Amino acid sequence: MGRYVIRRLLQTVPVFIGTTFLIFVMVYALGDPVAGLFGDRAPDPGTAARLREEFGLDKPLWQQYLLYLGKIFTGDFGTAFNGRPVTELMATAFPATVRLMLIALVIEMVIGVLLGVVSGLRRGRGIDTSVLLLTLLVISVPTFVTGATLQFLLGVKWPLVNPAVSTRATFGELLLPGLVLALVSLAYIARLTRTSVAENARADYVRTAVAKGLPRHRVVTHHLLRNSLIPVITFLGTDIGSLMAGALVTERIFNIQGVGYHLYQGVLRQNSPTVVGFVTILVLVFLAANLLVDLLYAVLDPRIRYA
Amino acid sequence: MRTATRFTGAVVAVVVLATATAACGGGAAGSGESGVVRASWGDPQHPLEPANTNEVQGGKVLDMIFRGLKRYDPRTGRAVNAVAESIETDDQQNFTVTLEKGWEFSDGTPVTAKSFVDAWNYGALVTNNQVNSYFFQYIEGYDDVHPAKEGAKPTARTMSGLTVKDDHTFTVKLGQKFSQWPETLGYNAYAPLPESFFTDREAWLRKPVGNGPYKVDSYTRGQSMKLSRNENYSGEDKARNEGVELKVYTDTNTAYTDLQAGNLDVADDIPASQLKNAERDLDGRYVNQPAGILQTLTFPLYRKEWQGEDARRIRQGLSMAIDRERITERIYHGTRIPATDLTSPVLGAEGGYTEGLCGRTCAYDPKRARRLIEEAGGLPGGSVTLTSNVDTGSHRQWLDAVCNSVNNALGDNDACKVRPVGTFADYRRDIAAKEMKGMFRAGWQMDYPLIQNFLQPLYYTDASSNDSGYSSEKFDGLVDRANAAEGPEAVETFREAQKVVLRDLPAIPLWYQNGTAGYSERVKGVRLNAFSVPVFTDIEVA
Repeated sequence: MGRYVIRRLLQTVPVFIGTTFLIFVMVYALGDPVAGLFGDRAPDPGTAARLREEFGLDKPLWQQYLLYLGKIFTGDFGTAFNGRPVTELMATAFPATVRLMLIALVIEMVIGVLLGVVSGLRRGRGIDTSVLLLTLLVISVPTFVTGATLQFLLGVKWPLVNPAVSTRATFGELLLPGLVLALVSLAYIARLTRTSVAENARADYVRTAVAKGLPRHRVVTHHLLRNSLIPVITFLGTDIGSLMAGALVTERIFNIQGVGYHLYQGVLRQNSPTVVGFVTILVLVFLAANLLVDLLYAVLDPRIRYA
Repeated sequence: MRTATRFTGAVVAVVVLATATAACGGGAAGSGESGVVRASWGDPQHPLEPANTNEVQGGKVLDMIFRGLKRYDPRTGRAVNAVAESIETDDQQNFTVTLEKGWEFSDGTPVTAKSFVDAWNYGALVTNNQVNSYFFQYIEGYDDVHPAKEGAKPTARTMSGLTVKDDHTFTVKLGQKFSQWPETLGYNAYAPLPESFFTDREAWLRKPVGNGPYKVDSYTRGQSMKLSRNENYSGEDKARNEGVELKVYTDTNTAYTDLQAGNLDVADDIPASQLKNAERDLDGRYVNQPAGILQTLTFPLYRKEWQGEDARRIRQGLSMAIDRERITERIYHGTRIPATDLTSPVLGAEGGYTEGLCGRTCAYDPKRARRLIEEAGGLPGGSVTLTSNVDTGSHRQWLDAVCNSVNNALGDNDACKVRPVGTFADYRRDIAAKEMKGMFRAGWQMDYPLIQNFLQPLYYTDASSNDSGYSSEKFDGLVDRANAAEGPEAVETFREAQKVVLRDLPAIPLWYQNGTAGYSERVKGVRLNAFSVPVFTDIEVA
């Protein structure tokens, strides 16, 4: 187990370098960010050259990348073009996004698994069909539609909540955005759990457990569900990352100054230090979440062992 | 039942939480502090320095916390004296500026001639990386502090054209005659800066100090700014409210929803998708006013196929093939007005705006368009491309509409093709590299409400924003003459110069852009100035 973790951690090093380099190249290939700083007019060459020098844009790409990577390890993620250090942006963005992600994660886990188990155990019955139909509906409606609709209904029409989240972004305020963000994943989790539960319900070990005379709830929670959760956990692991990075739409609708919003702003203004910095952190989050998922497999299924 | 209980517990917890937020959210659609206007804001693109702010969001703040020598009357657009008592000249090149006594910065220090001269020198110096440096280009000595060549070192730190005479007087020598120069001084780039800016710039940027009708109480970068009325303000346009709270929104749609919910008083820049219903949604509390922005289609005159008399007639034909009325109505719901000259209605007739100066060239006439283009030998290469960045401003929609209009007029579905560019910076780079092949969008947001600003930077030979490469001795001559002339004569000469451009047609006028805003029932007197910034001092809170 220990050796496995160390091996996995070592593997993340090339992945980290590779992904950050790719992002770096892609963001800088977008074009000259300095040209965009002057509005609808030609930049004057003197100031443009000075700005390029200040942001290190006058050096060859590989040199810029090495300089950037070197600085990251000292905790310096550079300065956004509006003069704010990227770490300062991160300090406001990540807490809000993490809170939003946690809410979404709890909602999708609790409701998704619950719906999945219920419909999996009653396969083919009315409740199963309704869950399938409902999830189909949720999956096919884009997030910005559900988001904007719920925001209008609950924020303007029947004023139950504030349509825009304040800068404090407390758990209470994030409940509605969290629900919107969770909806699509929730539907997937319900469907994954349902299939898995339905399949495993006929497995030998379940029959054995029933034959041993165990009470039904114990069979479901300890034997059936535990084994059925492996695909769900895999999904949740990757979902942590995408909930953080992919909250772009939800964050813009509900005025949450989180990771997605800063990425969007960064791309729009070609603010390369912001984009690269945020994505670098996200890469780390993805890597950690994946490792965690792999370790959880062994906990859930005793047949899986890591040497 | 252990796990089952856990599930139930979680569900109960979620429901309870939901009800709890609903309960406390109910009272949240509150009214804010009394007398304070709550307005939408966007994160300024640059640090909030006068000579480093060239977009609306930063402009909003500068407009509140600074007053320069002049200010633009939000109703007429004319420059009126603010800090200046008088600006005098005998030869349109040497100016003597006298300041009104008694002006103070909100930190209590006096506004002196030095506050202006130091601020201008700071803004012009190339090593300070100020994007608005070019505003000082007419002052003598600008080339020494801001060499045009890339990478060149400045040979001086101050402009030789600026001399402080005493606490309240300084003189300015321009590099050329420019009679309307005093009228440019209402722009924020010319604001004075207090001593504290030069001693500790970082601290100043965290909480800017100016001499305007408001002072900054607190500023959380990227999130919000609270401003209150500056009780020591010496200008005439004192604030009619207690203060302003600016809140950053991630999206204009969100600000609009918050306005509808009653959590916001003023939202400027109504999102395009809401324009159609804004008037009704907001019960008439909607502002749609001309702003000093003109959109044109410019042609790459640096390419051979766009030079000569035939090409000129083709450009004229293309202009007649565009149904401006219909496009502005359908796509922009009256927030763009078909253009009939190369300036903007905000100038007013006195300032040089001439409705209909473009004449038949800008009127939709598909038959004539087709005949003109056919007589001139057809489009070069059989078709023309139309290019713009498409990341902002709903550009893609009108690009398609303009091309359709041209195709319909010419009866050829391949006559006009849209060639979109993904990002604004890329688009600017292509233009700067002179890589345009067909028509391209050129938006012009005026720096100051003067007819000179709509002509000289765009069409004068080798001017800073002359993207088409247009050059006309006749036009240049008229501009020089206009700059040496005084008052109404200057405006009249600029109008003559504009006729030259409209005849040669290096760019075809499309439409004037309006500014939009919505406001809540709590406030009244909301209007926008010529730069599409809300005039906060005039807003009254009920």
